[in-house]
Amino acid sequence: MDLSYSKDELAFQNEVRSFLKEKLPQRMSERVRSGGELTKDDAEEWHAILNDKGWLAQNWPKAFGGAEWDAVQRHIYDEEAALADAPRIVPFGLSMLAPVLQKFGSKAQCDRWLPRILDGSDWWCQGYSEPGAGSDLASLRTAAVREGDHYIVNGQKTWTTLGQHANMIFCLVRTDKDVKQQEGISFLLIDMDTPGVEVRPIVLLDGGAEVNEVWFTDVKVPVENLVGEENKGWTYAKYLLTHERTNIAGVGFSNAGLEAVKRIAKAEMSGGKPLIENPHFAARIAQVEMELMALSLSNLRIVSKAAKGGAPGLEASMLKVKGSIIRQEINDLARRAVGPYALPFASEAIEGANEPPIGPDYAGPVAAQYFNNRKLSIFGGSNEVQREIIAKTTLGRMQ
Amino acid sequence: MNFELTEERQMLQDTLRRFLSDKYDVATRNSILESDAGMSADIWVQLAELGVLGALFSEDDGGFGGAGFDIAVVFEELGRAGVVEPILETCILGGGLISAFGNKSQKGILETVIGGGTRLALAHGEPRSRYDLSRVETVCRGGKLAGHKSMSLGAGNADHVIISARESGAVDDKEGLSLFLMKTSDLDLRATPVMGGGMAADIFLDGFAVTDDMRLGPKGGAFEALETVQAAAITAICAQTLGGMETAVRLTAEYLQTRKQFGKPIGTFQALQHRLSDMLIEMEQARSAVIGAAGYLEADPKQRDRHASAAKNLLGRIGRMIAEDAIQMHGGIAMTQEYELAHIAKRIVMADHMFGDTDHHLERFIALSAA
Repeated sequence: MDLSYSKDELAFQNEVRSFLKEKLPQRMSERVRSGGELTKDDAEEWHAILNDKGWLAQNWPKAFGGAEWDAVQRHIYDEEAALADAPRIVPFGLSMLAPVLQKFGSKAQCDRWLPRILDGSDWWCQGYSEPGAGSDLASLRTAAVREGDHYIVNGQKTWTTLGQHANMIFCLVRTDKDVKQQEGISFLLIDMDTPGVEVRPIVLLDGGAEVNEVWFTDVKVPVENLVGEENKGWTYAKYLLTHERTNIAGVGFSNAGLEAVKRIAKAEMSGGKPLIENPHFAARIAQVEMELMALSLSNLRIVSKAAKGGAPGLEASMLKVKGSIIRQEINDLARRAVGPYALPFASEAIEGANEPPIGPDYAGPVAAQYFNNRKLSIFGGSNEVQREIIAKTTLGRMQ
Repeated sequence: MNFELTEERQMLQDTLRRFLSDKYDVATRNSILESDAGMSADIWVQLAELGVLGALFSEDDGGFGGAGFDIAVVFEELGRAGVVEPILETCILGGGLISAFGNKSQKGILETVIGGGTRLALAHGEPRSRYDLSRVETVCRGGKLAGHKSMSLGAGNADHVIISARESGAVDDKEGLSLFLMKTSDLDLRATPVMGGGMAADIFLDGFAVTDDMRLGPKGGAFEALETVQAAAITAICAQTLGGMETAVRLTAEYLQTRKQFGKPIGTFQALQHRLSDMLIEMEQARSAVIGAAGYLEADPKQRDRHASAAKNLLGRIGRMIAEDAIQMHGGIAMTQEYELAHIAKRIVMADHMFGDTDHHLERFIALSAA
């Protein structure tokens, strides 16, 4: 065991630092630092900058044009990117779909789709959840019926994050109703410009509209867009969930969030002194910071093990639960730190007024972020589902 | 960075785990706990022969380890088995101070410590010091010690004890603290068994005459070394607590599968499954905190102490949760002295009363982070 960076790792850290210093546009880092949402153009521009450097597909094997970073390199990038207020990398194509294609897709599919993910030709979204299939994902009902060279898809997906920006969606669809639920699901790639696909935004409690409903009415999908074998989609979906969850703990986000809380708590006054000197508030910051220090090491340990062939399923669930709790706690601290200035509600939905918001700039987004990040313990398998996996795996292992 | 044990440490872990599972079963441990000495001299010698004590000392001191991860590996195993023998007190506290300060003849003691022939203790705490390392009311004036040393862990079984006393400065100054190494048999000592195992003692010093050869280290300059050994002791006690948690969680998971109520194993009930999951999640956090404390033990003091305090606070919080939940999920059986969990749970919770508790280290972490 050795917690210090090796010479190579230090050199890599320097390289990441100077890259971010040179290439990260200031307006983007300012936007990230102030908690603002980035536009589609921003995301595409940042992806292109990373891609030029060969750092966009950090987890992909080199054979597919990836950087093939190990766990420590990814950790270093996440840490430096958070410190520099770099935008996050949109994960749907890069770290959700791509590993499935690389493992289960045909060569033709890899050749066709992977370069388009790298160069930004396609923006992917994920078609998993349905109104009746949340934590119980296998009960999904969106159906694909084979007719000649096509599947005809009918049904509805929901909670489709950034679907409004996407031109492609990877979907779990039902291709057999007469077998055990998990055995009748297929993994299908659908062009969202196909007639019969309709995207409707869902306004969330924070006022934003990052998620959507996606409706399919007699949508014709060529059979070559089936990934792997028909009715094996559940296996691929589980692979996607358990294999590529390297950032599931969200350590980088939490580090950046905690730094922001400290900045706010130094600026805000309480009883005539900076809030950060208030013993109760200082204790809450310290407690979550200690948890985050441990989580950061857990993340590194577990991801290093996974890279060496360990089974990350159970551990990924642990990282998900603890990581989401810590991020939510940090959001709560930020909300409290700004005091009454958490109250003004600047919704995207009611935007249009040109008045500057009341209160300090840093206060603007924190209440909305707090509400928005309640999602962290709900999506990707709710924390209760994760606890179920942890308990059943542990008790099962002992039998 | 790398998270694999070295081959040597992996071997040490395997050997110690095998030894303890063969020689330190629950019945043996319970009989040790009931004995007057509160420890087994036989086990002590065998641990020395296995090299467990030597693993806690550097090569310069005649051992073959002594780094943070050596400490973590050894104490995690000792914690899993609930070992009560005063290894931390002897090797980390007493041995650590002799290693830092000992002259040639004093360092000679280390050889007999590693060989299993001598046990040590540190008498630093006092009735009014609580967990404050610099608050020492015991004084050394005109060659005589006066004061009351309290809850000196391991002193009830130690051959030598190191006593701290103030030679100058105000009652909580960092400067002015000195150490004296003497035979336990020369002291006025009142021993007490400790909840969770071990034998502590209070020491009453009423004009006890010290000689120059008793002096350990420079006059008035002991504080930094006390902080250093405390950081090592925190690493050790946190690793020991982690080991205890592993046993508590294992026992609980086994019990969930075997205990039947309402016609089925209680592990089929979701309320209990989720509690078990939370125990496992928190234990992973505890493991990382121990690795943090061990990994930064040789770093600069500020970084070292920040990680040590973070670990001690987290282990205190998580330890309490796991000990309480393990007892709760077992129900009545865990309330009996005889059942394995009882002893383990006591050691986990009582660890929070040593080297600073959860609240103490929260404050210390805040102070260290602000500085």
